[in-house]
Amino acid sequence: MNFALTQTAIDPIHQFQVSKWLDLNIGGIDISFTNASGFMLLGVVLCIAFFGYAASKRALVPGRTQSMAEIGYGFVADMVRSTAGEEGLRFFPFVFTLFFFVFFANMIGMVPYAFTTTSHLVVTGALSILVISIVIGFGIWKNGLKFFKLFAPSGAPFLIYFILVPIEVISFLARPVTLALRLFANMLAGHIMLKLFATFAAQLIGAAISGTVLLGVVGLLAFGMGVALNALELLVAGLQAYVFAILTCVYLNDALHPSH
Amino acid sequence: MLIALLAQEAAHGAEHMPDDAPPPFPPFEPWHMPGQLFWLAILFAVLYFALSRFILPKMSDTIEKRSDRIASDLDQAAALNEQATEAQQALELRIAQAKAKARETAAKAKQKIDDEVSAQTARVDAEIEKKLETAESRITEMRAKAMQNVEQIAIDTADAMTARFGLKASPADLKKAVSASLK
Repeated sequence: MNFALTQTAIDPIHQFQVSKWLDLNIGGIDISFTNASGFMLLGVVLCIAFFGYAASKRALVPGRTQSMAEIGYGFVADMVRSTAGEEGLRFFPFVFTLFFFVFFANMIGMVPYAFTTTSHLVVTGALSILVISIVIGFGIWKNGLKFFKLFAPSGAPFLIYFILVPIEVISFLARPVTLALRLFANMLAGHIMLKLFATFAAQLIGAAISGTVLLGVVGLLAFGMGVALNALELLVAGLQAYVFAILTCVYLNDALHPSH
Repeated sequence: MLIALLAQEAAHGAEHMPDDAPPPFPPFEPWHMPGQLFWLAILFAVLYFALSRFILPKMSDTIEKRSDRIASDLDQAAALNEQATEAQQALELRIAQAKAKARETAAKAKQKIDDEVSAQTARVDAEIEKKLETAESRITEMRAKAMQNVEQIAIDTADAMTARFGLKASPADLKKAVSASLK
């Protein structure tokens, strides 16, 4: 039973391989411009180009591009307003940047052969640490020590606090971890699945051409699955950007109004 | 600081990597992490700066201007609508006034004509009455006169007839007899 499946080993991890495009080294620290940096740059450039072009239109009756950009603007503004209140709007540019940074990175990742910047924990981790730093920094700057009321919601019986406070502290500490892991794991797992099904389909259909018809049927099924997964991953790419942004809003809301 | 730490870790990791070890999971390879963080910091900052300084203010300005324009247009429309309603009410009032005036004029005219007609009727009636009266009085007068003439003729006839019979009657007796039989 040799279906020639081993001719090309399926390597779904290869797509996450970072390779140097430009060797850079400052003070003994390797800060080479890699494919990851390149695709991140592409996302940022596309984002600035799209919104810059749309914003330069300034038409009273918006055209298609301007409409899209303004829908994005309204979407993020409503998200911030509904989760963090009117005061949360001071963080609107930050949430907007975060959302579209992740959104463009995820969407570029959906293009075959493109690198998904958000599939690296170091990137999502840095973003989530940035978010939590802003939450803690702003929370303490604005509320002083009252910020720590966050860990002790009012209205509970005294003895309950001995259980409640540790739980709140742990859940707060878990936030940056889950925020980073959620995006990272979603992108990573989704792209592995895509790669697996696509390669599997290609190999099986290849095997069918060289003789085994039954494998071709399975290959077509795998191909269909790959197409369906592609649709799902498009959804996940948008959704995870949204989840990242809305959780940022929720955490910022805690910094703005710490006493629940 | 974090970048430096990671760089140290990366150098450390590379030293101890055995040659035949399986390839590491790329997202957890430490060598590229300082570079990733470096470029992430720069690119995220650039994006944030571009969006918050230039692009978002422009967009919010455009959106605000539009909503202002819509609000002012709506206000204007409401004002115009009010004006139209007022004009309509004024028009309706004028129409009602004109109708009332017309009705009044018509009633007046009718009254005037009615008065004239009744006055004329009364005058004509009175005239007819007067004419009838004079006619009646003339008739009675003529009748009385005629009666007188008839009496005289009868007396004369009676006188002639009695004379033929050879009789003689006094005029007084004759008159008496004639008037008695005429009655």
